Amino acid sequence: MNGTDQPQNRTARPAAGDPSVPPIAEVREAVKRFAAPEGGAVTALDGISLKVQSREFVTLLGPSGCGKTTLLRAISGFEALDAGEVRIANQAMTGVPPHKRPVNTVFQNYALFPHLTVGDNVGYGLDVAGVPRRERNTRVGEALERIGLAGFERRKPNQLSGGQRQRVALARAIINRPKLLLLDEPLSALDRNLRQSMQLELKSLQHDLGICFLFVTHDQEEALTMSDQVVVLNRGRIEQIGPPETHYHRPATRFVAEFIGDGSLFSGRVEGPAEDPVLVTRDGLRFAVGHGAPVGRTATLLLRPEHLEAAPPSSDGQGALDAGLGVIDATLEQSVFLGSARKFVCRLVNGATLLATPTGAGAEALGAVEPGGSLRLAYRRDRPHLIPEVADVSEAQEGDDGA
Amino acid sequence: MALRDDTRRLAILLGPATLFLGICFLGPLAVMVVFSFLEPGLYGGVEWNFYHWNYGRILGWADGEWEDFDPVYAEIFLRSVRLALTTVLITLLICYPAALWVSGLSPRWRTSIVFLITLPFFVSLVVRLFAWVLILRPSGFLNSSLLGLGVISEPIDIIFTETAVLIGMAYVLLPFMFLPIYASVEKLDRSLAEASSDLGGSPRQTFLRVTLPLTLPGIAAGAVLVFIPSLGNFIVPDILGGAKVLMIGNLVEQQFLSARNWPFGAALSVMIMVVMFLLILVYLRRIGRAEANA
Repeated sequence: MNGTDQPQNRTARPAAGDPSVPPIAEVREAVKRFAAPEGGAVTALDGISLKVQSREFVTLLGPSGCGKTTLLRAISGFEALDAGEVRIANQAMTGVPPHKRPVNTVFQNYALFPHLTVGDNVGYGLDVAGVPRRERNTRVGEALERIGLAGFERRKPNQLSGGQRQRVALARAIINRPKLLLLDEPLSALDRNLRQSMQLELKSLQHDLGICFLFVTHDQEEALTMSDQVVVLNRGRIEQIGPPETHYHRPATRFVAEFIGDGSLFSGRVEGPAEDPVLVTRDGLRFAVGHGAPVGRTATLLLRPEHLEAAPPSSDGQGALDAGLGVIDATLEQSVFLGSARKFVCRLVNGATLLATPTGAGAEALGAVEPGGSLRLAYRRDRPHLIPEVADVSEAQEGDDGA
Repeated sequence: MALRDDTRRLAILLGPATLFLGICFLGPLAVMVVFSFLEPGLYGGVEWNFYHWNYGRILGWADGEWEDFDPVYAEIFLRSVRLALTTVLITLLICYPAALWVSGLSPRWRTSIVFLITLPFFVSLVVRLFAWVLILRPSGFLNSSLLGLGVISEPIDIIFTETAVLIGMAYVLLPFMFLPIYASVEKLDRSLAEASSDLGGSPRQTFLRVTLPLTLPGIAAGAVLVFIPSLGNFIVPDILGGAKVLMIGNLVEQQFLSARNWPFGAALSVMIMVVMFLLILVYLRRIGRAEANA
């Protein structure tokens, strides 16, 4: 009754990722194997499940060969799955050919039709659907205007720059108003400046259109910049799904930690006492870690460059522990001026490399250290993320439940 | 300085070809054109008088006499054009799907199949055509197989007909259609067909709107390469058509070798060349432009 009277309820529209709304696209237990040229089979997708909710910008991130493009092609219908299924708008897509699926793709090399003008390229989807000429022309004009290429109808693709082709490919793919837009590394052929401005444009385009984007990239920066959800793939399996911040600050696996962002990883065993746990690596390095670390288990510590600061003067032994700090002694290899900060490339006693970008008190003093000189760095013990070893995950969780 | 170097480079690179074509192509061509306007000699050769009725005769007026009007040569000319166009059509219908199929194979298979296509060139044309005589004659392989299978009750007459000539010409010229089409199909970007399909184009729409237009240059090149040799061909109609299917090529051969009417033979040859020249002109203007855009 009073629902209609409510003034401008901003939450009436389902928020991105709302689990109560059925997903726009869903992949269930997808498996795909290819025959390897040297015999045997390569498993490109190894039991992948994921959901794309309404209005979400989801990125598939992973190194080349991780299966991300295969997954995209399975959704668009160009690859048939060996097991599992793809559902779009609650409809099973198994056996549905690509031209009958409510998704459109922006191809990696754009795949613009070289014999057609820009207008005919953009209008292609409407032409094959038999949309009347007048409406077709209006919509082509609108789409070109939206991407900033109004008046380019009569040009041929080979008369456009790389960035313009990219935009035409985008306009062509959104003109059918798909439920889901698939983008296969669409920015990889552009230069760095153009790529960064296109990232922001894509994001705002997605917001304006209100359709889901499923974006494939191997560039972590792209993934972090644009996505609501990032799916990290490795060897056909999902390593982690979540918002970009989670991947950066709380990577679930060593692979994610290595793939996203800078940082150093130290594997070892957590030793007590429980109130002051310490991670001890195999070669004897000791890192103070936060309270609640699983004592007696192996784990990997992720130290990001921004976690590390110059150690305060009274940081020996108990003083540091009392201040909640972990302290690392290292040798300076090299320091690089970045503009906003200075990056210190350090070497630990066991030969491991450590990156630090201190900005707080004492950072300037560190700048005076010559290469080869020693320096002392500190981090707040609760800041670095501790990744439980994969083999121990289930056990660790049981342990948590018991506690 | 740079210009002179360029000129010298050009002379060195193109000199031999220019010299060869000048002596061996343009020279005889000029002789042919001049002869076509001369009076035929009694026992071959020419009389050096201007005489334009060689061309009149092709259209039906030998020596300009109304009573002698007989379009027999015009008919032969038209039949030749018709047979040549049919050959183009047959080879196109065979080669286009085949080329699409081959381009989808793995690279190793592709190479071997393209090699197989060119294999017949290793055997003499005459030998291959006589093989067709053995296949097509009344007691030949084709008839005995069909009789044996009970498809027909008595041998069909196929040798020394237009059908036999078409079979022979299509067979001989198949590689000339296949190779250009294959080249254009193979270089076609597969992602374009996928893009069409992705945008909602049915397989039929994808073929008509993307694949076909983009491979048109290959089709046109194949059509020209098949049309030209089939229009002037005289070996195939000679062997497979017997005396019954006379084509323009046979006529030229007869005029020079049997009838000893060199000027008329020359006029016929000039006509063939003019038709082909016009055709290539159309090709260059239309398809050349389309290819430049692609």
